[in-house]
Amino acid sequence: MNSESMNVDRAVRTDDRPPRISTLEGPTSLPGADGAVAIELPLKPILTIESARGWTRLDLRDLWAHRDLFYFLVWRDVKVRYKQTALGVAWAVLQPLLTMVVFTAIFGRLAGVPSDGEPYPIFVYAGLLPWSFFNQAVTTSSNSLVGNAALITKVYFPRLVIPGAAVGAGLVDFAIAAVILFVMAFHYGVAFGASILMLIPLALLTMLFAAGIGMWMSALNVKYRDVRYALPFVLQIWMYVTPIIYPVTFIPQRWRWLIVLNPLSGIIQGFRSAIFSRPFDWSGMAVSAAMTVSVLIYAAFAFRRMEREFADII
Amino acid sequence: MRPIIKVENLGKRYLIGKREPYRTIRDSITRAVAAPWRGLRARLAGQAAGPDTSHIWALREVSFEVKQGEVLGIIGRNGAGKSTLLKILSRITEPTTGRIELYGRVGSLLEVGTGFHQELTGRENVFLSGAIMGMRRAEILRKFDQIVAFAEIEEFVDTPVKRYSSGMYVRLAFAVAAHLDPEILLVDEVLAVGDIAFQKKCLGKLGEVARAGRTVVFVSHNMAAIEALCTSCLMLTGGTLTALGDPLAVMSHYVAEGSAPGDGAAALAVHPGRRPGDTPTMTRVELRGGSGAPTGALRIGDPMEIRVTYRAQRPLRPVLGSVIKTSYGAPVFCVSDRFCGRLATCTPRAEATVVCRIERLMLIPGHYSIDLWLGDLGDDFDVIFDAISFEALPADLTGTGRLPPPNSGAVFCEADWSIHET
Repeated sequence: MNSESMNVDRAVRTDDRPPRISTLEGPTSLPGADGAVAIELPLKPILTIESARGWTRLDLRDLWAHRDLFYFLVWRDVKVRYKQTALGVAWAVLQPLLTMVVFTAIFGRLAGVPSDGEPYPIFVYAGLLPWSFFNQAVTTSSNSLVGNAALITKVYFPRLVIPGAAVGAGLVDFAIAAVILFVMAFHYGVAFGASILMLIPLALLTMLFAAGIGMWMSALNVKYRDVRYALPFVLQIWMYVTPIIYPVTFIPQRWRWLIVLNPLSGIIQGFRSAIFSRPFDWSGMAVSAAMTVSVLIYAAFAFRRMEREFADII
Repeated sequence: MRPIIKVENLGKRYLIGKREPYRTIRDSITRAVAAPWRGLRARLAGQAAGPDTSHIWALREVSFEVKQGEVLGIIGRNGAGKSTLLKILSRITEPTTGRIELYGRVGSLLEVGTGFHQELTGRENVFLSGAIMGMRRAEILRKFDQIVAFAEIEEFVDTPVKRYSSGMYVRLAFAVAAHLDPEILLVDEVLAVGDIAFQKKCLGKLGEVARAGRTVVFVSHNMAAIEALCTSCLMLTGGTLTALGDPLAVMSHYVAEGSAPGDGAAALAVHPGRRPGDTPTMTRVELRGGSGAPTGALRIGDPMEIRVTYRAQRPLRPVLGSVIKTSYGAPVFCVSDRFCGRLATCTPRAEATVVCRIERLMLIPGHYSIDLWLGDLGDDFDVIFDAISFEALPADLTGTGRLPPPNSGAVFCEADWSIHET
């Protein structure tokens, strides 16, 4: 075979380099020999990037497309939180449990705060359960954007996923702490009625409210780092103005309207009604639901508006 | 052919100056209260009462199109706006002006290891990082084995990533990113990280992606990579688009801009290229060619003199070394008295001019720059990188009027040719 023999006087070989794409005119459609096929381009752009002004759309479709990412971020937060800890997931339970013990001792026994006829420990735990969830969800989500600064400056995905995932991670702890509630109910001989099923929509409502507040705080935190310091303090006060430690009846009638303004009151009252099979305060819960939805919608739009600057100022 | 990326009049403005990117509410309130007084004071002082923040345009009026299947290289000095352009294309930050139309899905590789968490295992990080970069869970599951095989970490896939060596880490991170399947891939200087084997692997994969018909936009300082991969090239200078077209043409424009040969003399008392911590001892360098006058353009084959003037605290016996480098920074040769010792027995002097004369400059025509190393018998105490640059002009050294092309090497070597009966 002579295909291998080379003409020894030829100094330069010109035909065995792989074909390079033409540089001057730019590539035309690539030859099918490579297995490459020029994809048919859509008529309208898949995406247009422009400077936006004012309020922007929520883009729920984009959020839905990233639901896998949401799941992975929740999973990451939960997994990482308890890695290398000795007690692991038990921490999710200890916090409301120990708080309940301390409150029972101080408020239930020493101060003699009434508890609607129910044993004080389970009375206060019924309030602490949703409160702990709310507290933790808001605290972690408010720091979530700043904590994930590395992601925000390097990859695109809808930023709403981040505080959302923080709240989602809190849901896991909530579920575990809820188990304790059932144990306590068994211990104190509290019988559940059909109203216990209301716990599900109530938990959902708590989550939505926490998500709204958390989203809003997380966006504010990027620009005003005060949020990180102000929030624990605000949450602390908030706990005392919510009827967790005391029943609503503890507050004089004159001031009762203030309690109603707090969306968490309706939720916590609902929790108690569900657990103790008491009549529900529907108007209170309706107010809570309405406020939750408004806060959530406002927070989502405010977040989208502030989102533009995140990568630049974080 | 319709473009897959269309960029029109893109601009990005950043606020800089006294205003902090984030601040406390206390600051905001204080500033709001003090604002009227600030304006008044400025007006009394006769200045315009403007805001005390200024802004810079990181990108300004950038417009270009990328056709499907193109590999576009983006080059420019540091701070020219290359990364900003990629960030805007990746939707990480919003443009201030202009508009971009994308006719394909975008995947960006702006950093190695995006989304990796140290506490999680390799397996977990593949899923996490893949999801963060935009892959669906099913897709990651499908490609998982390929990713792990590409990264060559099969045995370590269930160990926490914080235990990995840096090589394993970047291999895994890149492996995940390499299996993204977007129509448009944006890559930012990622190849700068990692060892040679890794860089070769990255380049290989990028080449594969390009051959498969995907569009790649690639920012790099690695001129060899740009030359090897890119079908067209874009140059940014100070935020504006200054060149677009054939890679070799744009790259030589870039190189010419960066190192203007000048007039053959440079003051060295204060020089940006001085090694930090060195005492300024060299004060001036001059290049002289065959004619004896300082010049920045020297003909190859002619003599070249490097004359360095120095002033030291005490008399010393100077040891001068020069490293001649290509415009890309690759060293070509070194001529140094440290290895010859010709001045080892001269009279020590506190101030003098050291002359290094090369009889025949045997370089391929092009731009070159010189690093200077001044020391004494012990060590070098004044080092200046890129102290001065010069242009090597073509000359007919072969007698045929032809010279080897620039990409065949930097040194011109003379050889004798003969042919014999076998």
